Amino acid sequence: MSAIEVSGLRKAYGKHTVLDGIDLHVAEGTVYSLLGPNGAGKTTTVEILTTLQAPDAGSVTVAGHDLATDPEGVRRSIGVTGQFSAVDNLLTGAENLQLMADLLHLGKRAGRERVAELLERFDLVDAAGRIATTYSGGMRRRLDLAMTLVGRPRIIFLDEPTTGLDPRSRHTMWQSVRDLVAAGTTIFLTTQYLDEADQLADRIAVLNGGVLVAEGTPAELKRLVPGGHVRLQFSDPARLEHAAVRFADGTRDDEALTLDVPGDGGVGTLRTLLDRLSHERVEPDGLSVHTPDLDDVFLALTAKSPTLYTKDGVR
Amino acid sequence: MTTTMIDSVTMFRRDLKHALRYPVMTISGIGTAVLFLLLFVGVFGNALGADFLPAGAGRYIDYVAPGVILMAAGTGTAATAIKINQDMLEGIIARLRTMSIARMSVLTGQVIGSLVRTLLSGILVVLVAVALGFRPSATPVEYLAAFGVFAMLTFALTWMAVAFGLATKTVAGANSLTLILQFLPLISSAFLPTDSMPAGVAWFAEHQPYTPIIETLRGLLMGSGIGDSAWWALAWCVVLAAGGFFWSRALYNRPRGA
Repeated sequence: MSAIEVSGLRKAYGKHTVLDGIDLHVAEGTVYSLLGPNGAGKTTTVEILTTLQAPDAGSVTVAGHDLATDPEGVRRSIGVTGQFSAVDNLLTGAENLQLMADLLHLGKRAGRERVAELLERFDLVDAAGRIATTYSGGMRRRLDLAMTLVGRPRIIFLDEPTTGLDPRSRHTMWQSVRDLVAAGTTIFLTTQYLDEADQLADRIAVLNGGVLVAEGTPAELKRLVPGGHVRLQFSDPARLEHAAVRFADGTRDDEALTLDVPGDGGVGTLRTLLDRLSHERVEPDGLSVHTPDLDDVFLALTAKSPTLYTKDGVR
Repeated sequence: MTTTMIDSVTMFRRDLKHALRYPVMTISGIGTAVLFLLLFVGVFGNALGADFLPAGAGRYIDYVAPGVILMAAGTGTAATAIKINQDMLEGIIARLRTMSIARMSVLTGQVIGSLVRTLLSGILVVLVAVALGFRPSATPVEYLAAFGVFAMLTFALTWMAVAFGLATKTVAGANSLTLILQFLPLISSAFLPTDSMPAGVAWFAEHQPYTPIIETLRGLLMGSGIGDSAWWALAWCVVLAAGGFFWSRALYNRPRGA
């Protein structure tokens, strides 16, 4: 059974179209990543799927509940950790979790046990009695996710969960996501970081300008762009010329003095290349192996978007 | 229905913790009312009392205190509107909207909290008034009725304040809108009888909601005539409360964005 089913999703604000017909299919127990530059419509998608906004057109089913006719059913099945911290700043960590437990009617004892369990699991025991405003960015995000988990939701939406976090906190967050998936939870993750999608996602959809420009497993997406190559670096034009004549399938760059020779970077092909280099008496100063990564895919697919790497850009 | 009540109580507990940790708003609400009491009794009291009150109407503080006590209900609305407005900008409310909880409890919890705080403020203002020489002549039943009038007005104004907080985009906007509720008593029978005012102002003062409510409270506490003021007071409170409630509900349920 699929956890999330979306077809023909559209949303516009006035004349500005944000989502122009999106289809998504998320299998249960998997991590699905929606990847896209700032302003691509990621947050709007999450807000529609989590009942915060109404779509203009299209059908959405979350955990078997139709969004249009049974939003309460959707809300009962999901947990959301938004892009902006959704903790109560004037409450302590423990009180924030307790608030969730109370609103979910877990009962006194079960609620308290769940709060203690989550404080322990997210390493917040020492900070449990402190007001959330005193928390660091990483702690807030951990509390945020812990609050999302109080009700044991089957489907969790994470909207850019690691934006602005330091590397250690990022890895802690990634580990939490892996633990959740291992326990059978479905994760819908938006991110603008390619390595994050590469690390976590079973499937990736690339959203650009309100439409999905690609969809597939990370490996499938990598196959969409030209294969890898070995870059040979030279110190003078004469040597580059000498090499270029002998490796006619290479791509030369006269300014950088490099020659890119196609190859997948495997040990076998490298050995063959090195043998050929010595046989042809080509002596590069340096050699580096380039395998295609999601960056190549992303840049190729979203080439029209100049805002790609403005991390603090307006969305 | 029971879920709504349980969730509202949960949200009320949250509001209570907020008020205890960030009491400035509550204190400034009480402070404004007390300040008006000191201004009109201490500064203007002698001049106004001697020149404008009809002969035999009693002491000025006994005339002005009921009106200023009701002002406390108005000044409390600033805290409510600001609180609601701030809340809506916070991620926590977005989270609550994605949860399967009684939807209105986010607002009703706040209303209960505001009601409790403003009633306490009202009692405090009464105590200050008594310390300044206010001497009500009410019986226990009349005191109870007076408390009811104050609670009724507070309830109505709080729902209006919630709507103001939801309708405005910024905290400053929310605060500005509540100035209407806070300062409307200035043009009423709170400080002087309406027949001492110019015709146009007097007409407004007689027909605005505060005047019948003030007259009702004054009648209960000081034994002056109430007449049909009680019915007008009740009608105004019902209209304001219902208007505020339905307006708030519509604003809270509207989809975000756009």
